[in-house]
Parts: sequence; C-alpha cells; structure tokens
Amino acid sequence: MSTSAIRSVPGLALLTAGLMGSALVLALIVVPEDADQGISQRIFYIHVPIALTAYFCFGLGAWKALLLLWRGEERHDLESYVAIHQGTIFGALTLITGSIWAKASWGRWWLWSEDQLVLFLVLFLFYCAYFMLRFSLEDGPRRARSSAVYALFGVVLIPVSFLAIRLAEDLIHPTVFTRDGPQMSGSMFATFCVAWGAVTLLAYVLYRVELAGKRLDADLRDLREALP
Amino acid sequence: MSQGQYVAAAYGVVFAFVLVYVAIIAAKLVRLQRETAELLELVRRKDAAARRDPAPVVEARSEA
Repeated sequence: MSTSAIRSVPGLALLTAGLMGSALVLALIVVPEDADQGISQRIFYIHVPIALTAYFCFGLGAWKALLLLWRGEERHDLESYVAIHQGTIFGALTLITGSIWAKASWGRWWLWSEDQLVLFLVLFLFYCAYFMLRFSLEDGPRRARSSAVYALFGVVLIPVSFLAIRLAEDLIHPTVFTRDGPQMSGSMFATFCVAWGAVTLLAYVLYRVELAGKRLDADLRDLREALP
Repeated sequence: MSQGQYVAAAYGVVFAFVLVYVAIIAAKLVRLQRETAELLELVRRKDAAARRDPAPVVEARSEA
C-alpha cells in the first residue's frame, strides 16, 4: 500500500462516520414505516447492505487470489486474505442481523427449509474453512497458492447464494429488487442507497486499516530479523 | 421482545462490532508501538557500543 493510500484513511474514516450517522437517522427516524412488516422492516437498511458487502469482500478476495496466481505478485496474497477476513466478519453480521429480522418477522431465529439462508451459511462456513487451511500450512509461496486456489473455488458460491433469494419457490425471504426495479418508495430506496454506501465505505476503511497493520507487522518482523 | 427491541438489537450488534474492531486495532497499534520502541532502543544501543569501541581498521595488504 502506498503512503498516499494510507494518508487517505483518516479522511475516509470521517466520511464513513458521517455517512453512517446519516444512514442511522434516515433509517430509524426519517423513512416511513413499512405498511406490511411495520417497524421490523427497518432492519432491512442494515441487513441487506451488510450482506451485499460480504459478497463484495469475498469477490474481492477471489479477484486478488486470481491476480496472485496470474501475476505471481506476493502482495496479492495478503490483500486476498484481508478481503476474505472482512467478508467473514460481514458474513457473520449478515447471519446475526438476518436471524434477528427473521425472529421479528417470522417468529423463528432460523429456518433450515429456506435454501437462501442455508446457502449463505454454506458460503460463510466455506470461507471460515479458508482460515483453517491457511493456518495449517507454513508461511511461504505454497501457502499463498493453496489459499488462492481455495478462495477462487468459493467465488462460485457467491452467485448461487445471491440468486437463490430470487429463484426460491416459497419466497418467505423477501425479494425487494426485481426486474421491475426496487419494490419500495423513493425515500426508502434513497435510505437504502445511503446505508449501502456507508457500509461499503466502512468495509473499505477497515480493509485498508487491517492491511496497513499487517504490512507494518511484517516489516517490523523483517527488520528484527535483519538486525544482527 | 417487542419489534422495536429487535430493531435496536440488530443495529446494536453492528455498533458493538465496530467498537470491538476499533478496540482490537487500538491494541494492535499499542503492540506495534512497543515493538518499534524496542527496535529503536536496540539500534541506539548498538550505535552507542560502536562509538565506544570502534572496530579496528584492517589495512588491506598486497599478497604480491
């Protein structure tokens, strides 16, 4: 990561804080209550952006893994690892906020009969196993390549999990975005967009901070070894 | 639990996550700061030792 990229983090963090604050005010106070689901629908403004961000992070991790295998540049290994780590954190948040919403709307924390829930859980557990693979191998090019291949396999699950919500037959899980556009009012859609932007920016800032920390850690380790 | 409490719980979980993440990053920064200070101290001690006992200058001799 370049010095200028690290310097931009405080500004981006401030922007994230501002956007998050705006999203909270819009989602909890300004936007009108949903006629069908009532107040529990307000979970949508945090749950869906977090789920989309988790997909994005897993996709970014797979893209960086592809770059590592393609170009052989070592830095992509750490970038792929950090992106998947972020994806796993946001995946866990998706499952938690989704379960809370399910309890509020359906009266159940989890439904094993729902393919879209189970598929997201499979995707999440698949990337949890990535860390088991990574930390079972010794640091070096072999670990980087094995982790990259595993991360690339997981990318197949992303469209399957995403489309399952649309292809499900029973449709208990709500489908808000259809071919006819978003099935909500303009103010609701605007709130969703602000929340999505805030969560995506939050993930990006956390990605950059974690990446900078890990690189600094590695540099210090090298420096310690270099000193006689 | 009321519907409003479920909403508060969902947003609270995300807020707690951000707080925990910041705490972890802060702890990591403290560790990195300590390691940097240790390395700096090590370099300073080596530098001071080198000034006290300068290494003898070995003159190159021609074998011819």
